[in-house]
Amino acid sequence: MGKPAPKKRSVADKVRKTKTSADIKNNPFEVKINRKKFEVLGRKTKHDVGLPGVSRSKAINKRKETLLKEHQNKHKANKFIDRRFGEYDTNMAPEDKILERFSMERQRLHDKKDLFNLNEEEELTHYGQSLAEMEKFNDLVDSDTELTRSHFGGGGGLLRKREGEGPRARSRQELIEELIHKSKQEKRDRQVQKEETFELTEKLDKDWKSIQTLMSNRTPRALRDDTQAEKPRLDEYDMRVRELGFEMKAQPSERLKTPEELAREERERLHKLEADRLRRMTGEPAKKGPKTTTHMSADDLNDGFVLDKEDKKALSYKDGKWQSGDAEDGGDEEELKAQQEAAKAELPYTFAAPESYAEFHALLEGHSPDNQCVILARAQKCNHPSLGEGNKLKLQKLFGFLLEYLGELSSSSPPRLTTVDKLIPQLFDLCQMFPIAASKAMRGVLADAGHDLEEELEADGRAAFPALDTLVYLKVVSLLFPTSDFRHPVTTPALLHICQCLSKCPVKSLQDMTSGLALCCLALEYVCLSKRFLPEVLNFLCGTLHMAVPDKTSLGYSVVPPFRPVGKHNDLLLLSAPESSATWTNQTLPLALTQHLELTDHLHRDHHRLTCLSTCLDLVHRCCLLYKDTDAFSAVFRPVQTLLSRHLPLDAHPEALQELKSSILAAIEGAPRSHKPLVFEKQKPIPLRMFTPKIVEVLDYGKRRGNTKVQREMERTKHKYKKEFKGALREIRKDNSFLAREKLQETMSRDSERKRKVKELYGSLGTQEGEWKALRRKKK
Amino acid sequence: MAPAKKRNVCSEPTSANTAKKTKIDLNAQVQQIIDSRKNANNVFDVLDCLQSEKEKDVISAINACSNLFVALLERKDLFIGKLSEEDTLLTGEHNAQEKYSMFMRHRYNDCVETLLEHLGHTSYQVKETALVALMKFVAVQGQYPLEDLNWSKHLSFPRALLVAVVGRLLSQSEDTTMLISRFQDFLEMADVRFYVMGSIRESVGVVMDKNKGEVMPVYQDNVFALLSNINMPSKESELTNFMVKQEDKHSEWKPAKLNEHRRSFERLWLGFLKHKLPSSMYKKILVILHDSILPHMSNPTLMIDFLTAAYDVGGAISLLALNGLFVLIHQHNLDYPDFYKKLYNLLEPSIFHVKYRARFFNLANLFLSSTHLPVYLVVAFAKRLARLALTAPPESLLMVLPFISNLIRRHPSSRVLIHRPSKADEACEDPYLMDEEDPILSNALESSLWEIKTLQSHYHPDVAKAAMKINKPLSVPEVDIDELLEITNFELMEKDLKVTKSPPLEFEPAKKLLQGGGGIVGQHFCLV
Repeated sequence: MGKPAPKKRSVADKVRKTKTSADIKNNPFEVKINRKKFEVLGRKTKHDVGLPGVSRSKAINKRKETLLKEHQNKHKANKFIDRRFGEYDTNMAPEDKILERFSMERQRLHDKKDLFNLNEEEELTHYGQSLAEMEKFNDLVDSDTELTRSHFGGGGGLLRKREGEGPRARSRQELIEELIHKSKQEKRDRQVQKEETFELTEKLDKDWKSIQTLMSNRTPRALRDDTQAEKPRLDEYDMRVRELGFEMKAQPSERLKTPEELAREERERLHKLEADRLRRMTGEPAKKGPKTTTHMSADDLNDGFVLDKEDKKALSYKDGKWQSGDAEDGGDEEELKAQQEAAKAELPYTFAAPESYAEFHALLEGHSPDNQCVILARAQKCNHPSLGEGNKLKLQKLFGFLLEYLGELSSSSPPRLTTVDKLIPQLFDLCQMFPIAASKAMRGVLADAGHDLEEELEADGRAAFPALDTLVYLKVVSLLFPTSDFRHPVTTPALLHICQCLSKCPVKSLQDMTSGLALCCLALEYVCLSKRFLPEVLNFLCGTLHMAVPDKTSLGYSVVPPFRPVGKHNDLLLLSAPESSATWTNQTLPLALTQHLELTDHLHRDHHRLTCLSTCLDLVHRCCLLYKDTDAFSAVFRPVQTLLSRHLPLDAHPEALQELKSSILAAIEGAPRSHKPLVFEKQKPIPLRMFTPKIVEVLDYGKRRGNTKVQREMERTKHKYKKEFKGALREIRKDNSFLAREKLQETMSRDSERKRKVKELYGSLGTQEGEWKALRRKKK
Repeated sequence: MAPAKKRNVCSEPTSANTAKKTKIDLNAQVQQIIDSRKNANNVFDVLDCLQSEKEKDVISAINACSNLFVALLERKDLFIGKLSEEDTLLTGEHNAQEKYSMFMRHRYNDCVETLLEHLGHTSYQVKETALVALMKFVAVQGQYPLEDLNWSKHLSFPRALLVAVVGRLLSQSEDTTMLISRFQDFLEMADVRFYVMGSIRESVGVVMDKNKGEVMPVYQDNVFALLSNINMPSKESELTNFMVKQEDKHSEWKPAKLNEHRRSFERLWLGFLKHKLPSSMYKKILVILHDSILPHMSNPTLMIDFLTAAYDVGGAISLLALNGLFVLIHQHNLDYPDFYKKLYNLLEPSIFHVKYRARFFNLANLFLSSTHLPVYLVVAFAKRLARLALTAPPESLLMVLPFISNLIRRHPSSRVLIHRPSKADEACEDPYLMDEEDPILSNALESSLWEIKTLQSHYHPDVAKAAMKINKPLSVPEVDIDELLEITNFELMEKDLKVTKSPPLEFEPAKKLLQGGGGIVGQHFCLV
């Protein structure tokens, strides 16, 4: 141990060490030139010339200093480090070392003791004792006792021996024990003292309390007033500080539950309710809380006889007669029965999600709209996507089924629109849950509707107005998806479809007209926020008003197809009898009228005409308000204006209509007529072309990959990581080979040592043998 | 040989026979007749079958007849030359060979007559088979003529038979379009086409004169169907397909000359068009006029009267007449006064809704493509189109907005419509007069395209985007509107429906069907 073995240096290293760096660099055997593919002007390369020998020896040296040391010290728990000055310094002569050490020692002592020593003489010592002291002979040994001791053994000697034995008998062990004992004792004492103090304080407190009351009573009023007067004088700053100190700190509240947890709880609740319902349906009585094991006494005969129950029949008076508890029992049974009935009538609490439309239909069949709503809500909760694999798909399907069901409901006759109305929230929830599936289903419906219309148009060149289910679907679209988006995958096609219906379906009856007006209402709802321009709606409204014009010659306006200036169905809105307007009241039309409109007598027909006309005028009015800021307002509304002011006398019509008409005309008149001529938008001036060089970022890796900064950074990091990883691998590999080499060398040296020793032994034995044989020969 | 008696005897068992048996019998009988003259009387059985009530029998009988007489014609077993009355057959002095051929010739004539009647049969299959058989006779008869060809000038073609066939095809009471489309195959042959054209002309002249120019929808429809099926060749070298080959005098033969074809074609059409036509017929003719009639006429300018009359009718017919007029103006130097004024007045709200929208705008694009048009005209067109665009459906808007932009691009001085910096701050009313018929007086040059500004808020995003383009200086290259002409509403819808990414959702929870959107539906309609 101690000094590590001086480093061995290979011959090569020695040679290299002796050479200067310039020497090495000029030596063609040391230099490795890295070939470049092509020259790039102005590029500085670091690695054009490599010195593999140098770098290898550097690496080996480094390993020797670190890895080899570690390897040698492996499995060695501690080590001795000599901290004396210059111990490992081989360059120092031993004389110097000693001198230096001595001077350091002196310095140390000087610092400590003789800081304030005025006479600068230093004290000489011998074995740590001052020589000066020794010269004083202070500790003169009593010569007599010394003599007696030396001359006479006797009692004195014995005495001295006993004296000396005492301390000498106490071994180190005992000393330590004694020390421990002492410290323990001390500790105990301290504890006792502490307790005593505590008790005393307690006592004092008690005493103080007993007399405190006396003291407080005796406090004079004036004194107390003083304290009160002092209170407001408290420094405002202090108040603030205290306020801040006592301010309510945010308390950690209970964590908000995640949607998954909420869903799980909801499902558990429903499951519990369902179990409860099933239990009630089968007639089991309710369990009250968790079952508690009833205590059984040791004397219990286990015959079921328990006294703690009220076994006595209660006597009660009712209506003057006394009744025993029997009647109550009967009541219980009745209650039970009623409960069962109720449970049967009640809806189940859990539902499996339907797999097909037939299943879905069966699920809802025969329930009231409210119950259907509840069923859907429960099915939705029981199959929440966070509760199981595949639930998501089931619920996505559920949306499609529900949509189909709505279509079926609205196309049945009579249409069950109230049910549809009830189911809307469910549809909305499902849509919020699965936007993609919902939009896909909705787009499917729209594509079908569009396709049907297209086919009809191709066959006949015209089409019938859409059925009620399409109307409902179009309305549902506006409920589920935002209608104000510039482009939306669902609402844009829906609006397109509405407008196509309005421009391609000729109005042939009052029923068609009702459908058309409903579509107009829908279209206006779609654009009520975005205020988009709907030519088809305006055309339709204008055409509708045209049907109410009595004299169709010399028109100052033109109608747009599918309406014609003259034709078969052009007098649809003309009243057959002017008197009927007196009995007309404005009503909202049932949506079902777009499918079946049966008007038996003239009066009803006239009333329906007036309602249509009123709706139409109201829609025109809304359009006026909606588009009043557009530049081409007057051009757009000129036909309506001409029509209303010149051709449509509403004198015979109810006043409400006349008012509407005048308000429309006022709105058209009131719109601004003059506009500024169009000019192009101001464009940013194109900046002059600059001659600053284009700065290209130099990247670690070859090509410029990735467009955004984040992507580039990502790419750079990846590249770096890869490089580092490779380097680390290489280093580890080299380390391993180095270690293996060292180990091999170690083993080899060990082996050779052993061989040498064995050889030596054999040699010595051989000589011994030889000598012995020679001796024997001699004897012979 | 007493034919009358024979017929009586034979007719009974034939009618009693089952269909299958007759078929076998027929083929056998035909074979017998062809094989030996002894069995000549069997021909009556075959001809009787032609009158059968069963469709299948009739068809097989027609086929049998066609086989029989084609074989006989090829063997020249039918009498050639002027045929005497059948009654005189016995009295006249003829040898047996002559008697036989005359007898067979009479049966052939009977057969042809029956087949012609069958062209009016109720079953299409019978009609078709009869037609094919007759045309086969025409072909074979052309090869082996039944007329005496003593004089060498005459070239043989069985015109009489063809005239009869055409006469039957152009029925006055029945729609024969189906049969005519079958007949089209034969019209591919130049000689047939040539003679058919002649016979149609005769037929039209006779029939229409008889009716004193009244409209006859069925007859005229049939004529039109046949006429529209005539595919005229454009080069003389295309005249190679003949039904009857004329070896020696081919070059002198009329059907072999393109000029003759054209002259005949022209006369045919002019003869047809000079009579009063139903309005649907007008449209049909005008649709095909420019590419299948005008190029094949030897003097197309003769159509001017017809076209100008059609152009003045107004509405869709005017739109269609444009095409023909364009060909005449463009290729035949027609000078049409106030053409652009009329075109300007054709612009009505309905042009965006009619079926011929694409055709009209294609032509309008052509007419307005000249950069030498005066600015006031171009501006008036642009302004009027913009005004009309306020009532147009989105698929038309997608076409007409680039159309207007193109007009402005072609005529840089018309840029004032969308960029008038000189009066940028002076608000004014729109000076444009929509009702003015003369584009000069419409004041369009002082106006701006506010309509397009309005369309920037159109509900369809593509239209809005197209309208936005006038906000900035227009890009230099013109937009090719050819692809935009045929857009349909359904295509627009499908384009939007294809988007697959997750759509934004309405955030306001829906509680009721009639809620939301300002409650407009709820105000006017209720659930029950």
